[in-house]
Amino acid sequence: MSTQGWTFIFVGATFVLYLVIAWLSRVQDTQGFYVAGRGVPAIANGMATASDWMSAASFISMAGLISIMGFAGGVYLMGWTGGYVLLALLLAPYLRKFGHFTVPDFVGDRFDSDLARVVAVVCAIFISFTYVAGQMRGVGVVFSRFLEVDITVGVVIGMAIVFVYATLGGMKGITWTQVAQYWVLITAFLISAIAISIKLTGVAVPQIGMGSTLRPEFTGGDIVYFLDKLNQIQTDLGFNRYTDTFVGSWDKANVFFVTLALMVGTAGLPHVIVRFYTVPSVKAARWSAFWALLFISMLYLTAPATASFARYFMIESLNGQTEQTLPEWFRNWEQTGLILWMDDGDGQVLYSAGEDNEIFRNGKLSAAELGSVRVDHERWLGSGGSQGADGRAVLGAKGLSGPDGDIIVLATPEMAELATWIIALIAAGGLAAALSTASGLLLVISSSVAHDVYYRVLKPDASEKQRLLVGRTVIGLAVVVAGLFGIYPPGFVSQVVAFAFGLAASSFFPVIVLGIFSKRVGTVPAVAGMVAGIGFTGFYIIASVYAGMEPWTFGVFEHGISPQGIGTIGMLLNFAVTLGLTPICKAPSAASQRMVDTVREPEGAGPAVAIERAPQN
Amino acid sequence: MVDEASRGPDLTRPKAQAALKRYWRSNLRIMAVLLVIWASVSFGAGILFADWLNQFRLPLTGFPLGFWFAQQGSIVVFVLCILSYCLAMNRLDRRHHAELEAIAREENEAP
Repeated sequence: MSTQGWTFIFVGATFVLYLVIAWLSRVQDTQGFYVAGRGVPAIANGMATASDWMSAASFISMAGLISIMGFAGGVYLMGWTGGYVLLALLLAPYLRKFGHFTVPDFVGDRFDSDLARVVAVVCAIFISFTYVAGQMRGVGVVFSRFLEVDITVGVVIGMAIVFVYATLGGMKGITWTQVAQYWVLITAFLISAIAISIKLTGVAVPQIGMGSTLRPEFTGGDIVYFLDKLNQIQTDLGFNRYTDTFVGSWDKANVFFVTLALMVGTAGLPHVIVRFYTVPSVKAARWSAFWALLFISMLYLTAPATASFARYFMIESLNGQTEQTLPEWFRNWEQTGLILWMDDGDGQVLYSAGEDNEIFRNGKLSAAELGSVRVDHERWLGSGGSQGADGRAVLGAKGLSGPDGDIIVLATPEMAELATWIIALIAAGGLAAALSTASGLLLVISSSVAHDVYYRVLKPDASEKQRLLVGRTVIGLAVVVAGLFGIYPPGFVSQVVAFAFGLAASSFFPVIVLGIFSKRVGTVPAVAGMVAGIGFTGFYIIASVYAGMEPWTFGVFEHGISPQGIGTIGMLLNFAVTLGLTPICKAPSAASQRMVDTVREPEGAGPAVAIERAPQN
Repeated sequence: MVDEASRGPDLTRPKAQAALKRYWRSNLRIMAVLLVIWASVSFGAGILFADWLNQFRLPLTGFPLGFWFAQQGSIVVFVLCILSYCLAMNRLDRRHHAELEAIAREENEAP
């Protein structure tokens, strides 16, 4: 059967599965809608957290980024996993003990201020929309590449599926679909990694294969470590050695700051934090953090192996080939524009770091623009350089040298000459990764508006029924808005992922940690800290991404700090402002201090209070 | 603020307060140790000393050590960090629970 046939089968089957789960886990109350009735076992919550966390970016783009960055790819690997240690140790158990439904709930109650609550709501919504737009786009891209439907149609199908299970089942439906989605995405990711590892090194565990020797047929009989061989190939072609530390703009300071910003940002992302509200006890919250990271590490330990294997294949299977001998995967992906070949006239492919590089990608160029580059290039070749323009120079000047990173995961199964059904599985896995993250984020948006704003601030006497209706309506609207972002992506989407992490790092993380670990920090310092953190981080990112501001070196660092890493400074600023103001401001009320005590006390965290009966109402 | 009755022991009692204080101190100690480990594998071995560590290899493999820590080792240690935290906290929770029960018994026996 063709790849496309298999893709229809797999994608169709997984979608039916998600809908069945949605129907089985439909809910009737707000407990079920926002926190899945707090009945999710730790291990299931771990899986749900893992697929909630691993987005289209983790699944499709990360291995490609690592493949191009080499050592510095560790920024994403450490940054997106290390945050779970912070979550487990500093946040999850206490927030679970606190109970309630959302992150703004905690901020608002602990600091006893609706202003703090509203600031938190705004951050939560902004972070979530930024993130969800990328996911919907990811859905559209997977659909268009594998099923050759229009991106718009793809986004609409994805929206429809999420709409059904998010409005029917709320957090409960989302949780159990995410569990299923985890298995779909991890199977897809592991199968191709294992196959390519066996092919190159003969070791079935990619993580070990990466550190092993290559099969003799690739080295002419010598015994050479795979990474040594890769380093040598890279050097021969003018690239940096793959395993070399701190090259180019990724100096030590930037690697450090970006890693820390991603870690702290991870721990502060609202859609991850709320997952820990869904388990039955404090103990289960700790265990589910462990399970979550264990399940995440399955993908995150495999991604660097896939990245390096694919790098090797990419270079070795292209260089020196001619029009006739180019591998089939190249031909398939050439049509998508993710990889292009501009020959210099000798008829042989050369992928290198120098001027003579012939491998490019289409980036954001339209088909027409690319077509004219090609025509000019043909004329240039035909006339021996007197007419037309050298396509290599044109694309090189636009910064489009080398293949698109996304191709690494998408084309690996083809590079390794795997069966067509495995390629189809990758499509289903990519969709699972995008949909699971999107649904988790949509729930955060819905709960922020329907619970934190509508119920807690605007209409505290709303009945259970009204609240559920508002919750469902908002999530429905949010799906539509997110879908529109996916169809008409605002130019900034790809750039502002850094914004989501930076904001989470500089707003939520410090305020929650101090809320738990200090009884002395009161309302004014907390709000001032949040505002200072977000303000600074927001300013720096906007100014450097849109206004072309030179990154600051703070007078100490050799290179300026990239906007991706600025969340670290924003977080430090938040801590500094809050702690600096604390001694001169009023201590929190006795009730707030008592609340900190109950949050720290591990006993008695059964099913949390039904909010209607809680004393403050 | 919160429904105190459903949320564990009555913390207005001095003995329960004292027990919580002891529990919290042990918790902070466990946390501090694990956070030091967390930071030293990732920021230490994976970043600050990665270039120096890269001259060595992970025994029996082709991994330069700094590179290994940045792409594999730190993640493995993170998982183990959380696992040890869960196990240590379970023990601490049990001890704390026993302490609270002893306090409750004492108070019941008192006239």
